[in-house]
Amino acid sequence: MAYRFDFSSLADYTPVLVQGVATTVGLTLIGGVLGVGIGIAGAAARSSGNAPVRFAVGSYVELIRNTPFLVQLFFIFFGLPSLGVRLPEWQAAVLAMVINLGAYATEIIRAGIDATPKGQIEAGASLGMTGPQIFRYIILGPAMGKIWPALTSQIIIVMLGSSVCSQIAVEELSFAANFIQSRNFRPFEVYFLATALYLALAIALRWLLARLGDRMFRGGARV
Amino acid sequence: MYNFTLWDILSNLLLAARWTVLLSAIAFVCGGIAGVLVLLARVAPLRPLQTAMKLYIELFQGTPLLMQLFIVFFALPLTGIETSPWTAAAVALTLFTSAYLAEIWRGCVEAVPRGQWEASASLAMSYGEQMRYVVLPQALRIAVPPTVGFSVQVVKGTAVTSIIGFVEVTKAGTMITNATFQPFLVYGLVGLIYFALCYPLSLSAKALERKLNVAR
Repeated sequence: MAYRFDFSSLADYTPVLVQGVATTVGLTLIGGVLGVGIGIAGAAARSSGNAPVRFAVGSYVELIRNTPFLVQLFFIFFGLPSLGVRLPEWQAAVLAMVINLGAYATEIIRAGIDATPKGQIEAGASLGMTGPQIFRYIILGPAMGKIWPALTSQIIIVMLGSSVCSQIAVEELSFAANFIQSRNFRPFEVYFLATALYLALAIALRWLLARLGDRMFRGGARV
Repeated sequence: MYNFTLWDILSNLLLAARWTVLLSAIAFVCGGIAGVLVLLARVAPLRPLQTAMKLYIELFQGTPLLMQLFIVFFALPLTGIETSPWTAAAVALTLFTSAYLAEIWRGCVEAVPRGQWEASASLAMSYGEQMRYVVLPQALRIAVPPTVGFSVQVVKGTAVTSIIGFVEVTKAGTMITNATFQPFLVYGLVGLIYFALCYPLSLSAKALERKLNVAR
């Protein structure tokens, strides 16, 4: 027997889906900005800090990169309350995304920093620039330009990964899909549509970030 | 009330970790085989085939693994195939892995200098022979470190299968938490088990990469 697709029953749930998409976008936006911020700080600490700091940042990066996002999320949401840190769902989700992206971004941005030619740093020093000035004005811009495509991919991976936040009842896109299929019993259509929406979000985000990268790191990016 | 010792918790998690390992292995091996086929189609000198495979890869890289799992879990029964969380998890992870590996390997094939193709063509080798004897052996060498590195993503990806009810180490962690009310300890241990599985893979990927760079 051939299966009959019926997408019509989804129309009633448009507000739920819109709400879900908005939450996913919001999570990604906050997580993306803060995560990249942590990445820059982590990369700076790892490439210039003293040995204990380097070790601490390195442990953080390896610990996060070698455990699943879902487990990190559960640890933060279910585990941390034992230590007295009780976060609402969406805050736990954002925190997990920031910590997760921060680790990957640290590693990615560090690769960009390592690729800075030594002569440029020496040129900066010979102009009397301080360490932070050299980092801010000489190293960071071109480094970000070089690694922007890799960072873009990672941000998209984090956006797609945020789908598991539905498991702690954050009302994002996959939560909306679960909710709808529990009402209209049309799981295939619902998940099909949700997946298409994720794909559209991923394509849109890639395009936006590429434009943003062109604007922010013009000149430095093309080698 | 029964009190759970640390060993009770850990031993049960480790028993469940077997399924994480087994599922990872199945997904990696089957995904690798499927990935080779996708790769060959992706780089074949046939435009429609290339485009189709490009879409396939884009589709799996642009959508969440969770949604892929749900679709397989709900779609397979529609085609008349009996689905358990096991089969759905294995099928979805295989497809996911094949798309990522094909894309990684495409980069490796394209990293083989153009001159190698031309040189083998000038020796009157057919496309298949060029691929088999000249390009793939060289691509394989550069492909090893990123492939090992990607295996970490596969192991981590298996965690998501807990959501469709496949009992691996994350699902076991949830079940044990519900019995012991010690989420901090249990999820901490779950994280450490994943770390113990993934970190050696990450380290060897890094070591292989370093070796390859020195050899060049």
